[in-house]
Amino acid sequence: MSAPKTTEASRTRRTGKQGMRGAFLLQMLRALAESLRDLAPIVAVIAFFQFIVLREPIPNLFDLAIGTVMVVIGLTLFVQGLKLGLFPIGEAMAWDFARKGSLFWLLAFAFCLGFGTTVAEPALIAVADEAAEVAANGGMIDASETARASYAEGLRYTVAFAVGLAIVIGVLRILRGWPIQYLIIGGYLGVVLMTWLAPQEIIGIAYDSGGVTTSTITVPLVTALGVGLASSIEGRNPMIDGFGLIAFASLTPMIFVMGYGIVI
Amino acid sequence: MDSICVFEHIVPICGTVDDVLPILAILVGFQVLVLRRPIPNLGRALTGFALVLLGLAFFIQGLETALFPLGKLMAAQLTAPEFLGLVGDQAERRPHWQAYLWVYAFAFAIGFATTIAEPSLIAVAIKANQVSAGAIGTWGLRIAVAIGVAVGIALGAYRIVSGTPLHYYIITGYVVVLIQTAFAPRTIIALAYDSGGVTTSTVTVPLVAALGLGLSSNIPGRNPLLDGFGLIAFASLFPIMSLMAYAQLSELFARFNHRRSAKHKET
Repeated sequence: MSAPKTTEASRTRRTGKQGMRGAFLLQMLRALAESLRDLAPIVAVIAFFQFIVLREPIPNLFDLAIGTVMVVIGLTLFVQGLKLGLFPIGEAMAWDFARKGSLFWLLAFAFCLGFGTTVAEPALIAVADEAAEVAANGGMIDASETARASYAEGLRYTVAFAVGLAIVIGVLRILRGWPIQYLIIGGYLGVVLMTWLAPQEIIGIAYDSGGVTTSTITVPLVTALGVGLASSIEGRNPMIDGFGLIAFASLTPMIFVMGYGIVI
Repeated sequence: MDSICVFEHIVPICGTVDDVLPILAILVGFQVLVLRRPIPNLGRALTGFALVLLGLAFFIQGLETALFPLGKLMAAQLTAPEFLGLVGDQAERRPHWQAYLWVYAFAFAIGFATTIAEPSLIAVAIKANQVSAGAIGTWGLRIAVAIGVAVGIALGAYRIVSGTPLHYYIITGYVVVLIQTAFAPRTIIALAYDSGGVTTSTVTVPLVAALGLGLSSNIPGRNPLLDGFGLIAFASLFPIMSLMAYAQLSELFARFNHRRSAKHKET
């Protein structure tokens, strides 16, 4: 853990301030070029369909140009911040928890991270509102505003709880070294069983809810946590054991949302 | 829920601040109260966190001013009966699924392109590259996942057009994933399962949801509230298959090359 830090520090000392500024500029330019490359496919697809297939001019060309520049800048900053901030924080906390050796606090942290990052997730709020509309149309709940709001809120907390539980199970798996496929097969069986039991209207929403729960900030943090835990524990391979937390977080909400559909 | 931020309409960063505050509270709370250890390189970490916040705010604001309106407009135009050449009488009857070929092409292309730009996938690819000591290339991983999402969304669009039940596809997909799991190299399995959840995020979800909504509201007999869902589920299932297939293929190639070079040495 400490080895790369010292080499980095000595390198900066050697190159001095001038070289550092040059290296930083070069790195930023390279990062900008990478963001441009990442974004090129979207621009190409939209241009192709707009000009060749739909044969229409681009409305608001100015907005489009400004927006694209913002997206490129945003992506560049995000990736830099990831390497500077989110990854090191996630891994450092994983090492600290491993050193502390308290299973309870590690699992509490895992649950809070899953629950807390999901409950305020905008994509989930949108899906929960739509689900309430489906339920009201299907006659499962009253069509009134309050009934819908409470249904949506219940769904949101259900999904957040499911994600919290998923991270707890995933962290336990890393600690114990259980092979991931058996847990995933169990999860799949749960999804199939619930599909059979749940009302038809909820199924599409339930399947989608698995995909929307993991936000752009949660993913790097949770990934770094998993990889950090797997590398701090002896006998675990970070490649085999470190990944997989996100997989659980996208599986459990499906089961829980269908369960919610059955109960309500 | 109301925004905590007062200047929401002036500063675009506020939306992201609302998303990030709970995460920050949990991290700081556990660090200070439970771990009671100083964060190494605190200044660097804070700068990184601020950069992530600022970057995401720019990213999302940019998407909302540029790409989302146009992408959503295109999804609506491509699925409109006028564009598909279904006029009057023909639109009333159930059009043949082949009338929608451009829609499938759009679904495929936009699925691929948005996945390449997805920040969370970039994050996981960087991490996988680090952990595997370069054995898994960031670019190969992202292209494999993007092809999976592209195929998934195209198939999902076909499902909405043809009106077949969602769970048949998903359950079949699960069976394929399980069979692949038995044969795929062990090191890729957890990463492949993760890739399913990672792909559907900031860039992909709004555009794909617009496509599903456009399709299901323009096809007679489809209810947007019931049939518009499900595209995201396809987009999270198919990358699992494509990533495992990619790993299997590259292992196969490696073995083939190895054998060929061995034979070369013999002769």
